[in-house]
Amino acid sequence: MAARYVVAPAAEIPPGARKVVEAGQGRRIVVFNLGGEFFALLDRCPHQGGRLSEGKLCGLVESDEPGVFRYGRKGEILRCPWHQWEFDIRTGRSWHDPDRTRVRAFPARVERGAALREGPYVVETFPVRVEDDYVVVEA
Amino acid sequence: MNVVRPIAAPGRPAVATLGLFDCDIHPRPLSLEEYRPWLSAEMWHRLSTYGIRPRHGFAKGYPFPKAAPLASRRDAWPPGKVPASDLDFLRAQHLDFHGIDIGVLNPLQPSGQGDQNDAFSAAMAYAVNEWQLERWLRDEPRLRASVVVPYEDGEASAREIRRRAGDRRFVQVLLMSRTAEPLGRKRYWPIYEAACEAGLPVAFHAFGYSGWAMTNGGWPSFYIEEVSEHATSCQSQVISLIVEGVFERFPSLRILMIECGFAWIPSVGWRLDQHWRKLKDEVPHLRRAPSEYLREHFHVSTQPMDEPERPEHLLDVMEWIGWDRILYASDYPHWDFDDPRTALPAFIPPERRRDIFGANARALYGMPAA
Repeated sequence: MAARYVVAPAAEIPPGARKVVEAGQGRRIVVFNLGGEFFALLDRCPHQGGRLSEGKLCGLVESDEPGVFRYGRKGEILRCPWHQWEFDIRTGRSWHDPDRTRVRAFPARVERGAALREGPYVVETFPVRVEDDYVVVEA
Repeated sequence: MNVVRPIAAPGRPAVATLGLFDCDIHPRPLSLEEYRPWLSAEMWHRLSTYGIRPRHGFAKGYPFPKAAPLASRRDAWPPGKVPASDLDFLRAQHLDFHGIDIGVLNPLQPSGQGDQNDAFSAAMAYAVNEWQLERWLRDEPRLRASVVVPYEDGEASAREIRRRAGDRRFVQVLLMSRTAEPLGRKRYWPIYEAACEAGLPVAFHAFGYSGWAMTNGGWPSFYIEEVSEHATSCQSQVISLIVEGVFERFPSLRILMIECGFAWIPSVGWRLDQHWRKLKDEVPHLRRAPSEYLREHFHVSTQPMDEPERPEHLLDVMEWIGWDRILYASDYPHWDFDDPRTALPAFIPPERRRDIFGANARALYGMPAA
Protein backbone atom coordinates (compact mmCIF):
# COMPACT_ATOMS: atom_id res chain seq x y z
CA MET A 1 0.00 0.00 0.00
CA ALA A 2 1.19 3.45 -0.86
CA ALA A 3 2.50 5.50 2.01
CA ARG A 4 1.30 9.04 2.44
CA TYR A 5 4.05 11.60 2.72
CA VAL A 6 3.52 15.06 4.11
CA VAL A 7 6.13 16.78 2.00
CA ALA A 8 5.84 20.49 2.75
CA PRO A 9 3.68 23.27 4.08
CA ALA A 10 1.56 24.33 1.10
CA ALA A 11 2.86 27.90 1.36
CA GLU A 12 6.37 26.64 0.72
CA ILE A 13 5.51 25.68 -2.87
CA PRO A 14 3.77 28.73 -4.39
CA PRO A 15 2.11 28.56 -7.83
CA GLY A 16 4.72 27.90 -10.51
CA ALA A 17 7.22 26.52 -8.00
CA ARG A 18 8.42 22.99 -7.41
CA LYS A 19 10.04 20.99 -4.63
CA VAL A 20 12.04 17.78 -4.65
CA VAL A 21 11.32 15.40 -1.78
CA GLU A 22 12.65 12.04 -0.72
CA ALA A 23 9.83 9.53 -0.45
CA GLY A 24 11.13 6.25 0.82
CA GLN A 25 14.43 4.47 0.13
CA GLY A 26 16.13 7.31 -1.68
CA ARG A 27 13.28 7.71 -4.14
CA ARG A 28 13.12 11.29 -5.37
CA ILE A 29 9.80 12.85 -6.22
CA VAL A 30 9.25 16.33 -7.63
CA VAL A 31 6.11 18.19 -6.62
CA PHE A 32 4.70 21.05 -8.73
CA ASN A 33 2.16 23.72 -7.88
CA LEU A 34 0.21 24.55 -11.01
CA GLY A 35 -2.04 27.47 -10.11
CA GLY A 36 -3.00 25.94 -6.76
CA GLU A 37 -3.19 22.35 -7.99
CA PHE A 38 -0.41 20.02 -6.93
CA PHE A 39 1.15 17.29 -9.06
CA ALA A 40 3.91 14.85 -8.21
CA LEU A 41 6.21 12.93 -10.57
CA LEU A 42 9.13 10.59 -10.10
CA ASP A 43 12.24 12.76 -10.48
CA ARG A 44 13.78 10.56 -13.15
CA CYS A 45 13.30 10.69 -16.88
CA PRO A 46 12.41 7.25 -18.31
CA HIS A 47 14.76 7.90 -21.23
CA GLN A 48 18.27 8.29 -19.79
CA GLY A 49 17.55 9.23 -16.20
CA GLY A 50 17.84 13.02 -16.28
CA ARG A 51 16.49 14.77 -13.18
CA LEU A 52 13.14 16.14 -14.27
CA SER A 53 13.16 18.60 -11.36
CA GLU A 54 15.88 20.51 -13.26
CA GLY A 55 13.71 20.74 -16.36
CA LYS A 56 11.76 23.66 -17.70
CA LEU A 57 8.00 23.99 -17.49
CA CYS A 58 6.57 25.19 -20.74
CA GLY A 59 3.40 24.98 -22.78
CA LEU A 60 2.35 22.80 -25.64
CA VAL A 61 2.68 23.84 -29.25
CA GLU A 62 0.14 22.06 -31.43
CA SER A 63 -0.66 22.24 -35.09
CA ASP A 64 -3.40 20.96 -37.39
CA GLU A 65 -1.54 21.82 -40.56
CA PRO A 66 1.87 23.11 -41.62
CA GLY A 67 2.30 26.82 -41.00
CA VAL A 68 -0.44 27.02 -38.37
CA PHE A 69 0.20 26.54 -34.70
CA ARG A 70 -1.30 27.32 -31.35
CA TYR A 71 0.29 27.54 -27.96
CA GLY A 72 -1.59 26.33 -24.94
CA ARG A 73 -1.45 24.60 -21.55
CA LYS A 74 1.19 27.04 -20.37
CA GLY A 75 3.24 25.69 -17.47
CA GLU A 76 1.78 22.17 -17.69
CA ILE A 77 4.42 20.54 -19.86
CA LEU A 78 7.75 19.56 -18.32
CA ARG A 79 10.80 19.24 -20.54
CA CYS A 80 13.64 17.01 -19.38
CA PRO A 81 16.82 19.08 -18.80
CA TRP A 82 18.81 16.70 -21.00
CA HIS A 83 17.06 15.68 -24.22
CA GLN A 84 13.98 17.88 -24.06
CA TRP A 85 11.48 15.02 -23.87
CA GLU A 86 8.12 16.53 -22.92
CA PHE A 87 5.85 15.20 -20.18
CA ASP A 88 2.38 16.23 -19.10
CA ILE A 89 2.76 17.03 -15.40
CA ARG A 90 -0.90 16.12 -14.83
CA THR A 91 -0.45 12.52 -15.96
CA GLY A 92 3.26 11.86 -16.47
CA ARG A 93 2.61 10.85 -20.07
CA SER A 94 5.12 11.86 -22.68
CA TRP A 95 4.03 13.94 -25.61
CA HIS A 96 5.78 11.86 -28.26
CA ASP A 97 4.64 8.42 -27.07
CA PRO A 98 2.00 8.87 -24.35
CA ASP A 99 0.99 5.22 -24.01
CA ARG A 100 4.40 3.63 -23.73
CA THR A 101 6.69 6.39 -22.49
CA ARG A 102 5.63 7.95 -19.26
CA VAL A 103 7.07 9.03 -15.96
CA ARG A 104 5.39 7.72 -12.85
CA ALA A 105 2.87 10.19 -11.43
CA PHE A 106 1.68 10.16 -7.82
CA PRO A 107 -1.51 11.60 -6.33
CA ALA A 108 -0.81 14.90 -4.57
CA ARG A 109 -3.17 17.14 -2.70
CA VAL A 110 -3.44 19.69 0.08
CA GLU A 111 -4.75 18.76 3.51
CA ARG A 112 -5.32 20.68 6.69
CA GLY A 113 -2.91 20.08 9.50
CA ALA A 114 -5.85 19.07 11.70
CA ALA A 115 -6.75 16.21 9.35
CA LEU A 116 -3.16 14.99 9.29
CA ARG A 117 -3.27 14.34 13.02
CA GLU A 118 -5.33 11.23 12.30
CA GLY A 119 -2.52 9.46 10.40
CA PRO A 120 -0.92 7.26 9.37
CA TYR A 121 1.50 9.59 7.64
CA VAL A 122 5.21 9.85 7.04
CA VAL A 123 6.04 13.40 7.97
CA GLU A 124 9.06 15.36 6.80
CA THR A 125 11.15 16.97 9.49
CA PHE A 126 8.98 19.97 10.13
CA PRO A 127 6.22 20.54 12.67
CA VAL A 128 2.62 20.13 11.50
CA ARG A 129 0.25 22.71 12.87
CA VAL A 130 -3.49 22.14 12.88
CA GLU A 131 -4.36 25.49 11.36
CA ASP A 132 -2.01 25.26 8.34
CA ASP A 133 -2.22 23.48 4.95
CA TYR A 134 0.21 20.80 3.85
CA VAL A 135 1.03 19.02 0.59
CA VAL A 136 0.50 15.29 0.83
CA VAL A 137 1.81 12.80 -1.74
CA GLU A 138 0.75 9.17 -1.97
CA ALA A 139 3.73 7.20 -3.15
CA MET B 1 44.17 -8.51 -20.95
CA ASN B 2 44.42 -6.40 -17.87
CA VAL B 3 41.28 -5.48 -16.04
CA VAL B 4 40.96 -2.04 -14.55
CA ARG B 5 39.90 -1.95 -10.94
CA PRO B 6 36.41 -0.47 -11.06
CA ILE B 7 36.35 3.08 -9.81
CA ALA B 8 33.67 3.74 -7.26
CA ALA B 9 31.47 6.13 -9.19
CA PRO B 10 27.69 6.11 -9.09
CA GLY B 11 27.34 6.87 -12.78
CA ARG B 12 29.90 4.45 -14.19
CA PRO B 13 28.70 1.49 -16.24
CA ALA B 14 29.82 -1.78 -14.66
CA VAL B 15 30.83 -3.16 -18.05
CA ALA B 16 33.61 -0.54 -18.46
CA THR B 17 36.31 -2.84 -17.09
CA LEU B 18 38.95 -1.66 -19.57
CA GLY B 19 38.52 1.98 -18.67
CA LEU B 20 35.98 4.66 -19.47
CA PHE B 21 37.09 7.07 -22.20
CA ASP B 22 34.96 9.98 -23.30
CA CYS B 23 36.14 11.34 -26.65
CA ASP B 24 33.85 14.37 -26.72
CA ILE B 25 33.77 16.98 -23.94
CA HIS B 26 33.19 20.65 -24.82
CA PRO B 27 34.94 23.16 -22.57
CA ARG B 28 33.95 26.79 -22.80
CA PRO B 29 35.59 30.02 -21.67
CA LEU B 30 33.55 32.09 -19.25
CA SER B 31 34.58 35.12 -21.27
CA LEU B 32 36.85 35.85 -24.23
CA GLU B 33 39.28 37.38 -21.72
CA GLU B 34 40.42 33.85 -20.93
CA TYR B 35 42.22 33.69 -24.29
CA ARG B 36 43.89 37.06 -23.94
CA PRO B 37 47.20 35.91 -22.40
CA TRP B 38 48.04 34.02 -25.61
CA LEU B 39 46.90 36.56 -28.19
CA SER B 40 49.01 39.38 -29.58
CA ALA B 41 47.78 42.91 -28.90
CA GLU B 42 46.61 43.09 -32.50
CA MET B 43 44.68 39.84 -32.36
CA TRP B 44 43.16 40.66 -28.99
CA HIS B 45 42.01 43.96 -30.45
CA ARG B 46 40.48 42.09 -33.36
CA LEU B 47 38.71 39.57 -31.13
CA SER B 48 37.44 42.09 -28.59
CA THR B 49 36.37 44.59 -31.26
CA TYR B 50 34.95 42.43 -34.02
CA GLY B 51 34.57 39.02 -32.41
CA ILE B 52 34.36 35.79 -34.34
CA ARG B 53 33.47 36.04 -38.01
CA PRO B 54 32.21 32.62 -39.06
CA ARG B 55 31.60 31.71 -42.66
CA HIS B 56 27.88 32.35 -42.46
CA GLY B 57 25.53 35.26 -41.95
CA PHE B 58 24.78 34.88 -38.26
CA ALA B 59 27.91 36.43 -36.81
CA LYS B 60 26.60 36.49 -33.24
CA GLY B 61 24.48 33.43 -32.98
CA TYR B 62 23.30 30.18 -34.41
CA PRO B 63 21.33 29.85 -37.65
CA PHE B 64 18.77 27.79 -35.71
CA PRO B 65 17.81 27.79 -32.04
CA LYS B 66 19.52 24.79 -30.46
CA ALA B 67 16.88 23.16 -28.27
CA ALA B 68 18.31 24.67 -25.05
CA PRO B 69 20.39 27.73 -24.08
CA LEU B 70 24.01 27.33 -25.27
CA ALA B 71 22.85 23.93 -26.59
CA SER B 72 23.42 22.63 -23.07
CA ARG B 73 21.84 20.44 -20.44
CA ARG B 74 19.81 22.68 -18.18
CA ASP B 75 21.41 21.08 -15.14
CA ALA B 76 24.95 21.77 -16.40
CA TRP B 77 25.05 25.48 -15.51
CA PRO B 78 27.39 26.18 -12.59
CA PRO B 79 25.99 29.00 -10.43
CA GLY B 80 26.66 32.29 -12.22
CA LYS B 81 28.66 30.63 -15.00
CA VAL B 82 28.15 28.91 -18.33
CA PRO B 83 28.23 25.14 -18.91
CA ALA B 84 31.66 23.46 -18.88
CA SER B 85 33.42 26.69 -17.92
CA ASP B 86 34.26 25.55 -14.39
CA LEU B 87 36.68 22.69 -13.76
CA ASP B 88 35.33 21.78 -10.32
CA PHE B 89 31.76 21.61 -11.60
CA LEU B 90 32.82 19.53 -14.61
CA ARG B 91 34.70 17.19 -12.30
CA ALA B 92 31.77 16.73 -9.93
CA GLN B 93 29.00 16.40 -12.51
CA HIS B 94 30.85 14.45 -15.16
CA LEU B 95 34.35 13.08 -14.49
CA ASP B 96 33.78 12.01 -10.89
CA PHE B 97 30.12 11.07 -11.17
CA HIS B 98 30.59 8.84 -14.19
CA GLY B 99 34.07 7.68 -13.24
CA ILE B 100 35.60 8.89 -16.51
CA ASP B 101 39.24 7.78 -16.77
CA ILE B 102 40.18 9.92 -19.76
CA GLY B 103 38.16 12.76 -21.27
CA VAL B 104 39.11 14.45 -24.54
CA LEU B 105 38.40 18.16 -24.88
CA ASN B 106 36.93 19.41 -28.15
CA PRO B 107 36.64 23.19 -27.90
CA LEU B 108 33.94 24.55 -30.20
CA GLN B 109 33.20 28.21 -30.82
CA PRO B 110 34.43 30.68 -29.83
CA SER B 111 37.54 28.88 -31.02
CA GLY B 112 38.13 30.82 -34.24
CA GLN B 113 37.93 27.67 -36.34
CA GLY B 114 36.60 28.32 -39.82
CA ASP B 115 36.89 32.09 -39.35
CA GLN B 116 36.84 34.28 -42.45
CA ASN B 117 40.24 35.68 -41.49
CA ASP B 118 42.96 33.02 -41.77
CA ALA B 119 45.58 34.84 -39.71
CA PHE B 120 43.08 35.47 -36.92
CA SER B 121 41.92 31.85 -37.07
CA ALA B 122 45.52 30.70 -36.66
CA ALA B 123 46.12 33.05 -33.72
CA MET B 124 42.96 31.85 -32.04
CA ALA B 125 43.86 28.18 -32.57
CA TYR B 126 47.19 28.74 -30.82
CA ALA B 127 45.50 30.58 -27.95
CA VAL B 128 42.77 27.95 -27.53
CA ASN B 129 45.39 25.20 -27.43
CA GLU B 130 47.40 27.00 -24.74
CA TRP B 131 44.14 27.68 -22.89
CA GLN B 132 43.28 23.99 -22.85
CA LEU B 133 46.64 23.17 -21.28
CA GLU B 134 46.65 25.95 -18.73
CA ARG B 135 42.99 26.17 -17.83
CA TRP B 136 42.00 22.50 -17.95
CA LEU B 137 44.86 20.01 -18.20
CA ARG B 138 47.28 21.59 -15.73
CA ASP B 139 45.12 20.65 -12.75
CA GLU B 140 43.22 17.67 -14.12
CA PRO B 141 45.22 14.63 -15.22
CA ARG B 142 42.13 12.87 -16.59
CA LEU B 143 41.70 15.41 -19.40
CA ARG B 144 43.40 15.47 -22.79
CA ALA B 145 43.49 18.25 -25.37
CA SER B 146 42.75 18.39 -29.09
CA VAL B 147 44.98 20.36 -31.44
CA VAL B 148 42.62 23.07 -32.63
CA VAL B 149 43.75 24.14 -36.10
CA PRO B 150 42.77 26.95 -38.50
CA TYR B 151 41.73 24.29 -40.97
CA GLU B 152 40.92 26.56 -43.91
CA ASP B 153 44.66 27.36 -44.00
CA GLY B 154 46.45 24.04 -44.44
CA GLU B 155 49.99 25.35 -43.93
CA ALA B 156 49.12 27.29 -40.80
CA SER B 157 47.33 24.22 -39.48
CA ALA B 158 50.39 22.08 -40.12
CA ARG B 159 52.52 24.57 -38.18
CA GLU B 160 50.18 24.36 -35.20
CA ILE B 161 50.20 20.54 -35.33
CA ARG B 162 54.01 20.45 -35.47
CA ARG B 163 54.18 22.84 -32.55
CA ARG B 164 52.23 20.28 -30.48
CA ALA B 165 53.84 17.14 -31.91
CA GLY B 166 55.29 14.92 -29.22
CA ASP B 167 53.28 16.58 -26.47
CA ARG B 168 51.25 13.65 -25.17
CA ARG B 169 48.67 15.93 -23.65
CA PHE B 170 47.31 16.39 -27.18
CA VAL B 171 45.66 13.25 -28.53
CA GLN B 172 44.08 14.34 -31.82
CA VAL B 173 43.78 17.11 -34.38
CA LEU B 174 40.35 18.75 -34.39
CA LEU B 175 38.42 19.97 -37.42
CA MET B 176 34.75 20.77 -37.90
CA SER B 177 32.73 18.70 -40.36
CA ARG B 178 31.62 21.59 -42.56
CA THR B 179 34.50 23.07 -44.50
CA ALA B 180 34.88 25.51 -47.38
CA GLU B 181 35.83 22.69 -49.74
CA PRO B 182 35.52 18.91 -49.42
CA LEU B 183 38.15 17.62 -47.01
CA GLY B 184 39.93 15.52 -49.61
CA ARG B 185 41.02 18.61 -51.58
CA LYS B 186 44.74 19.33 -51.68
CA ARG B 187 44.46 22.53 -49.65
CA TYR B 188 43.87 20.34 -46.57
CA TRP B 189 46.65 17.83 -47.20
CA PRO B 190 49.24 19.66 -45.08
CA ILE B 191 46.97 18.90 -42.11
CA TYR B 192 47.07 15.17 -42.84
CA GLU B 193 50.79 15.19 -43.48
CA ALA B 194 51.56 16.88 -40.17
CA ALA B 195 49.08 14.71 -38.27
CA CYS B 196 50.69 11.54 -39.62
CA GLU B 197 54.13 12.84 -38.73
CA ALA B 198 52.93 13.52 -35.20
CA GLY B 199 51.12 10.19 -34.99
CA LEU B 200 47.82 11.90 -34.22
CA PRO B 201 44.41 10.93 -35.56
CA VAL B 202 42.40 13.67 -37.25
CA ALA B 203 38.95 14.11 -35.75
CA PHE B 204 36.19 16.03 -37.35
CA HIS B 205 33.26 17.02 -35.22
CA ALA B 206 29.80 17.70 -36.58
CA PHE B 207 28.96 21.41 -37.16
CA GLY B 208 31.08 24.33 -38.19
CA TYR B 209 30.05 26.60 -41.05
CA SER B 210 31.27 26.15 -44.58
CA GLY B 211 29.85 29.28 -46.14
CA TRP B 212 27.57 27.06 -48.23
CA ALA B 213 24.01 26.15 -47.43
CA MET B 214 24.05 23.30 -44.96
CA THR B 215 21.95 20.96 -47.07
CA ASN B 216 22.56 19.98 -50.66
CA GLY B 217 19.16 21.47 -51.50
CA GLY B 218 19.79 24.85 -49.84
CA TRP B 219 19.00 26.38 -46.47
CA PRO B 220 16.60 24.39 -44.30
CA SER B 221 13.90 25.80 -42.04
CA PHE B 222 14.44 23.94 -38.80
CA TYR B 223 17.12 22.83 -36.35
CA ILE B 224 15.88 19.26 -36.72
CA GLU B 225 16.96 19.51 -40.34
CA GLU B 226 20.37 20.86 -39.37
CA VAL B 227 21.09 18.07 -36.90
CA SER B 228 19.86 15.40 -39.29
CA GLU B 229 21.87 16.87 -42.13
CA HIS B 230 25.21 15.87 -40.58
CA ALA B 231 24.78 12.45 -42.14
CA THR B 232 24.83 13.95 -45.62
CA SER B 233 27.59 16.53 -45.14
CA CYS B 234 29.79 13.89 -43.52
CA GLN B 235 29.12 11.54 -46.43
CA SER B 236 30.58 14.17 -48.74
CA GLN B 237 33.67 14.41 -46.53
CA VAL B 238 34.15 10.64 -46.38
CA ILE B 239 33.73 10.26 -50.13
CA SER B 240 36.09 13.15 -50.85
CA LEU B 241 38.81 11.87 -48.51
CA ILE B 242 38.65 8.44 -50.14
CA VAL B 243 38.38 9.29 -53.83
CA GLU B 244 40.94 12.10 -53.78
CA GLY B 245 43.49 9.52 -52.74
CA VAL B 246 44.27 10.95 -49.31
CA PHE B 247 44.74 7.48 -47.85
CA GLU B 248 47.02 6.41 -50.68
CA ARG B 249 49.19 9.45 -50.02
CA PHE B 250 48.93 9.14 -46.20
CA PRO B 251 48.46 5.44 -45.45
CA SER B 252 48.87 5.93 -41.70
CA LEU B 253 46.13 8.58 -41.51
CA ARG B 254 43.29 7.76 -39.13
CA ILE B 255 40.04 9.73 -39.08
CA LEU B 256 37.58 9.96 -36.19
CA MET B 257 34.10 11.30 -36.91
CA ILE B 258 32.55 12.74 -33.77
CA GLU B 259 28.80 13.29 -33.39
CA CYS B 260 28.20 12.54 -37.04
CA GLY B 261 26.00 9.47 -36.56
CA PHE B 262 27.13 6.25 -38.20
CA ALA B 263 24.25 4.16 -39.54
CA TRP B 264 24.70 5.83 -42.95
CA ILE B 265 28.27 4.59 -43.32
CA PRO B 266 27.70 1.10 -44.78
CA SER B 267 25.45 2.41 -47.56
CA VAL B 268 28.11 4.95 -48.54
CA GLY B 269 30.61 2.10 -48.79
CA TRP B 270 28.25 0.01 -50.94
CA ARG B 271 27.40 2.92 -53.22
CA LEU B 272 31.04 3.91 -53.67
CA ASP B 273 32.11 0.36 -54.44
CA GLN B 274 29.36 -0.08 -56.98
CA HIS B 275 30.28 3.08 -58.85
CA TRP B 276 34.00 2.44 -58.52
CA ARG B 277 33.72 -0.86 -60.39
CA LYS B 278 32.47 1.10 -63.41
CA LEU B 279 34.26 4.40 -62.98
CA LYS B 280 37.65 3.47 -61.57
CA ASP B 281 39.59 4.82 -64.55
CA GLU B 282 38.46 8.25 -63.35
CA VAL B 283 40.28 7.69 -60.05
CA PRO B 284 43.16 5.40 -61.04
CA HIS B 285 45.08 6.35 -57.89
CA LEU B 286 42.69 4.18 -55.85
CA ARG B 287 44.22 0.73 -55.51
CA ARG B 288 41.44 -0.82 -53.53
CA ALA B 289 37.67 -0.73 -53.34
CA PRO B 290 36.56 2.50 -51.61
CA SER B 291 34.89 0.61 -48.77
CA GLU B 292 38.24 -0.86 -47.81
CA TYR B 293 39.65 2.60 -47.12
CA LEU B 294 36.47 3.43 -45.25
CA ARG B 295 36.75 0.46 -42.93
CA GLU B 296 40.48 0.78 -42.47
CA HIS B 297 40.86 4.50 -41.83
CA PHE B 298 37.66 5.70 -40.15
CA HIS B 299 36.52 5.58 -36.56
CA VAL B 300 33.23 6.90 -35.22
CA SER B 301 31.86 8.11 -31.90
CA THR B 302 28.67 6.75 -30.38
CA GLN B 303 26.80 9.93 -29.62
CA PRO B 304 24.25 10.41 -31.10
CA MET B 305 23.45 6.71 -31.25
CA ASP B 306 21.42 5.58 -34.20
CA GLU B 307 18.32 3.80 -32.93
CA PRO B 308 16.75 1.43 -35.45
CA GLU B 309 13.58 -0.32 -34.31
CA ARG B 310 15.15 -3.76 -34.61
CA PRO B 311 18.27 -4.40 -32.50
CA GLU B 312 19.85 -6.61 -35.16
CA HIS B 313 19.95 -3.70 -37.58
CA LEU B 314 22.14 -1.70 -35.21
CA LEU B 315 24.35 -4.71 -34.55
CA ASP B 316 24.75 -5.27 -38.30
CA VAL B 317 25.76 -1.65 -38.87
CA MET B 318 28.29 -1.70 -36.03
CA GLU B 319 29.68 -4.99 -37.28
CA TRP B 320 30.16 -3.50 -40.76
CA ILE B 321 31.96 -0.44 -39.41
CA GLY B 322 34.06 -2.60 -37.13
CA TRP B 323 33.56 -3.21 -33.42
CA ASP B 324 37.07 -1.88 -32.79
CA ARG B 325 36.29 1.41 -34.61
CA ILE B 326 33.56 2.73 -32.31
CA LEU B 327 34.32 5.03 -29.36
CA TYR B 328 32.06 6.20 -26.57
CA ALA B 329 31.32 9.94 -26.53
CA SER B 330 29.19 11.86 -24.03
CA ASP B 331 29.02 15.29 -25.71
CA TYR B 332 29.02 16.82 -22.22
CA PRO B 333 27.62 19.42 -21.46
CA HIS B 334 25.39 19.59 -24.49
CA TRP B 335 21.66 18.96 -24.40
CA ASP B 336 21.99 15.75 -26.41
CA PHE B 337 24.48 14.36 -23.86
CA ASP B 338 24.67 10.55 -23.59
CA ASP B 339 24.90 9.03 -20.12
CA PRO B 340 27.34 6.09 -20.33
CA ARG B 341 24.98 3.91 -18.29
CA THR B 342 22.22 4.20 -20.88
CA ALA B 343 23.98 5.23 -24.10
CA LEU B 344 24.74 1.71 -25.31
CA PRO B 345 21.72 -0.59 -25.49
CA ALA B 346 21.97 -3.80 -23.48
CA PHE B 347 21.58 -5.98 -26.58
CA ILE B 348 25.13 -5.01 -27.60
CA PRO B 349 27.28 -7.84 -26.21
CA PRO B 350 29.05 -6.85 -22.96
CA GLU B 351 32.57 -7.34 -24.34
CA ARG B 352 31.71 -5.03 -27.26
CA ARG B 353 30.43 -2.38 -24.89
CA ARG B 354 33.53 -2.80 -22.77
CA ASP B 355 35.72 -2.08 -25.81
CA ILE B 356 33.60 0.87 -26.96
CA PHE B 357 34.08 2.39 -23.51
CA GLY B 358 37.77 1.69 -23.20
CA ALA B 359 39.91 -0.43 -25.49
CA ASN B 360 39.02 1.24 -28.80
CA ALA B 361 39.95 4.72 -27.62
CA ARG B 362 43.19 3.43 -26.10
CA ALA B 363 44.12 1.88 -29.43
CA LEU B 364 43.22 4.95 -31.50
CA TYR B 365 45.00 7.37 -29.20
CA GLY B 366 47.95 5.07 -28.65
CA MET B 367 47.61 4.88 -24.90
CA PRO B 368 48.97 1.90 -23.03
CA ALA B 369 46.51 -0.62 -21.65
CA ALA B 370 45.70 0.00 -18.01
